[in-house]
Amino acid sequence: MKPKRVWRRKRAIPIRIPPHIPFLLPFAFLVTLFFFVPVVLNILLAFTDMDFAMHWNFVGLKNYFRFFTDRIIPKVLLNTVIYVTATLAINVGLGLVLGILSTYYVPENVGLLFRAIWLLPRMTPPVVYALLWLWVLDPTEYGLLNMLIGQNVNWTMQHPLGVVIIVNGMVGASFGMIIFSAAIKSIPRDYIMAAQVDGASNWQIVRRIIIPLLRWPLMFVTSWQTLSLLTSYEYILLVTDGGPFYKSEVWSLYAYHTAFSHQLYGYGAAIAMVLVIVAIVVTMIMLKIFGFRRLMELAGGG
Amino acid sequence: MNRKKERRYVAPSTWTRIVRRASRGVPYILLALSSLPILSMYLWLLMSSLSSKVLFGFIPAEFTARNWRFLWEPIQMGAAAHLSVWKATWNTLIFAVSVMLIVVLVATLAGFALSRMQFRGRESIMRLIILLHAFPGITLLIAIFYVLYFLTRATHIKFLDSLWGVALVKASLEIPWSAWIIKGFFDNIPWEVEWSAYIDGCNRFQAWYKVILPQLKPGIAAISIFSFLAGWGEFIYLYTFIFSEQNQTLSLLIKALIGEFRFTDYGLLAAVSLFYIVPVLIFFIFTQKGLMRVTVGGIKGGR
Repeated sequence: MKPKRVWRRKRAIPIRIPPHIPFLLPFAFLVTLFFFVPVVLNILLAFTDMDFAMHWNFVGLKNYFRFFTDRIIPKVLLNTVIYVTATLAINVGLGLVLGILSTYYVPENVGLLFRAIWLLPRMTPPVVYALLWLWVLDPTEYGLLNMLIGQNVNWTMQHPLGVVIIVNGMVGASFGMIIFSAAIKSIPRDYIMAAQVDGASNWQIVRRIIIPLLRWPLMFVTSWQTLSLLTSYEYILLVTDGGPFYKSEVWSLYAYHTAFSHQLYGYGAAIAMVLVIVAIVVTMIMLKIFGFRRLMELAGGG
Repeated sequence: MNRKKERRYVAPSTWTRIVRRASRGVPYILLALSSLPILSMYLWLLMSSLSSKVLFGFIPAEFTARNWRFLWEPIQMGAAAHLSVWKATWNTLIFAVSVMLIVVLVATLAGFALSRMQFRGRESIMRLIILLHAFPGITLLIAIFYVLYFLTRATHIKFLDSLWGVALVKASLEIPWSAWIIKGFFDNIPWEVEWSAYIDGCNRFQAWYKVILPQLKPGIAAISIFSFLAGWGEFIYLYTFIFSEQNQTLSLLIKALIGEFRFTDYGLLAAVSLFYIVPVLIFFIFTQKGLMRVTVGGIKGGR
């Protein structure tokens, strides 16, 4: 008699999917589709003369030669340098002043109120924020500035770069303000009290204790803002659109216009490519200065 | 020497007291003055939406409801009419909610894995997230345009000129940072709670859904609010990837209106804009304290 077969459950197929894969799959998919693939595509596109017909026609380094011979480029680069430096100065300087004033000099609830006011432009959708400025700078007597000075100045036409700097500075200052304010709050009270006992004035405390302790946040804000100022153009597009005659056109906006106003996707990609390389170099320097751990701590909170 | 030291304890003269009192007010004055331009802008927005004539920018002269006419009739420009505001609001809502749902779902899943599981490459993914957060996604606009164009051609599903196609792009840009935030929230839930779920027989997904998710509510609320607002206020991606008027969101509608009414009807522009930013303002007022920590990347700084 045959021995009775014991029924056994079939063993599972030995291929085991690690448990974290299903959790990370959607994340990996989207990041690949909209970060990694575009990076590769951008590199490839920069070697083509793709236009509205969307044909892949490789032309080698033609776009890069064009970039270095483009007569608008020197102007655009100069604008970019002026715009980034000046806006950075406002963002960091004003941010520091606001951070110190609203955290050290006034009680917490008052400081909170002013920080909330300064956060308003950041929270407001860009279109509405731009509209507010278009009204302030309106060339007729209805504009706020013209109303105040009593004459009709066409601000966006006469001082386009200045306008762009102020408009971005008013949004950007809140970034530094929040970070500096948080950093000041984390300074142990003992330091400040000890200084007060020794008879230090408020100004001395700010100058000798607070600002030296803000060294890391200062460097962080500076490098982070440099990167984002180099590459963002939303407010410029809305307020002056680079005009008049490229007077407020910055690098990233020029790439945008080339691609989406003139439908020169290949050349636009090349302009963006050089910008990305510059941005990466800036980031590298930033990482070098910080060390990665430090940056992760600062950027992630954690 | 001795006498000098003693003098410090003598009550300060009236003049010194006044100076000191006044100098204590200086920071307030500086803060108030610097905030004045911002406040006046928003005040103007409110006032000019309510009146047909505004004196000195802020004093409404004649109250009128005409600026709000867009609520019950289409905005006419010559013979042609703009997209109805309600349709644009609906589009904005669809866009913002899709961004929010995608972000919350994907970021929560990823955040769970990053916080709770040990696997090779975990540390590198964390680094990658920071790099992606810092990377200016806006420079990739041209290439993303091609990705959407390619997907549309390959699948015959509309990715370009479709709200959810752009929502997918927008969500992907928000996801790295949201995953980081939500990972922090996972880190704060004690391991023991999760262990007890496994002991009671839950598998990973059940533990996630039944035990951890309820404790995660504040974190999910934070990234939902934030990604919703990011979607609600979005301009540049929509402006670039949406072509047809039927798909216009409020931001695109306002951009079109600015082009036409800038010099003729600020009242209308102000009213539509106010209508547009009301949800933002409401969220801002209620969550302002939390947002201040979250807006700039949850930075605690100075440690």
